[in-house]
Amino acid sequence: MAVAEAIAALQERFPELGLAPQPLVRYADGRDSGQLWVRVPADRLLEVARFARDDERCRFEQLCDLTCVDYLNYPDAADRFGVVYSLLSLSQRHRLWLKVFVNDPEPVVPSVTRIWKGAEWPEREVFDLFGIRFEGHPDLRRILCPEGIEDHPLRKDYPLRGRGEREAFVPIDRETA
Amino acid sequence: MGLTEQGAPARSGIATTRLDYALDMIHRHGINWARKHSLWPMPFATACCGIEFMAVAASRYDLARFGAEACRFSPRQSDLMIVAGRVVMKMLPVLQRIYTQMCEPKWVISMGACASTGGVFDTYAVVQGIDQFVPVDVYLPGCPPRPETILEGLMAIQRIVREEGVRSSSERGHGLQMVIEPPPGVEMGPGFGERSLGDRASNPVL
Ligand code: SF4
Repeated sequence: MAVAEAIAALQERFPELGLAPQPLVRYADGRDSGQLWVRVPADRLLEVARFARDDERCRFEQLCDLTCVDYLNYPDAADRFGVVYSLLSLSQRHRLWLKVFVNDPEPVVPSVTRIWKGAEWPEREVFDLFGIRFEGHPDLRRILCPEGIEDHPLRKDYPLRGRGEREAFVPIDRETA
Repeated sequence: MGLTEQGAPARSGIATTRLDYALDMIHRHGINWARKHSLWPMPFATACCGIEFMAVAASRYDLARFGAEACRFSPRQSDLMIVAGRVVMKMLPVLQRIYTQMCEPKWVISMGACASTGGVFDTYAVVQGIDQFVPVDVYLPGCPPRPETILEGLMAIQRIVREEGVRSSSERGHGLQMVIEPPPGVEMGPGFGERSLGDRASNPVL
């Protein structure tokens, strides 16, 4: 459980970023889950990620998950989207979460596919459902929604029942099959 | 072998008696009696309803009693599509293609709340009722429908076969406008049986 070491290493290497660890979950009685996240600016993400993977004290070899949160209408939220990187070090046995905040109208985050190859599909998923563009991604296409959908359905301002996509099919019959 | 004068089977041994029984039933009820006991279901199982359908096909509820135990996973070898589960936008073209690949005559059961109406999944991705896109003969209520309901639905298809024989689905339209009666003593909620399902002639989509 040496994630404090990893954070110290990150702070030493990037003092200008002011990386302050915060707990992911805080319970009502004041305790927290012991899982920490740090905020990283989008333009420094690649440096921080590469350092986190390669540094002796960090060694985050694995990107467990890459997802996104839409903070629209969230109380006290300063930014619209938070892209969340869930890192795991198998050798050091610790975890750390990175969050990158981006905003409309052009939410762009550098792609970490060159650092963790497994980021390719999660980044496509975030692009598909939240419309966040990953600069440098080798193949940024939709992954879940069918072709022809223009919207990004997990954005909070997208109506739950959609914009008529589910009714807009042309029935297939023998002639058109 | 052979029927007696009165049409009753001759009792001359187990094997011949059974064959005589079949011949007798065909004699009395027509060839559709045989057809309705030879349905070939194709489970289009996309969600939890599919699991319930497996229970019906297995030994306890035993679809074989209705002659419908030969579930085929190729549409070209089957004539009864059982849509068991929710159908999402990406699946719908697949469903429609599979339906067109089945040979006539063919029937469709929309099993469960999800396939029939979208169920609780009133979201952008889930099709709110497959009957907007393929002709449905029998709807099964429930989430999931009880095995008894599924058997009742199969028997409703058998009634359609008995009445309609092998007319193609495009001539037949939506089923026979039959509403399954609740068992005696069971009270159904308001609105039950009020809505007619419409048919091909009045529905331009189908
Ligand atoms: S009707 Fe209920 S059991 Fe059937 S697919 Fe929908 S949620 Fe599952």
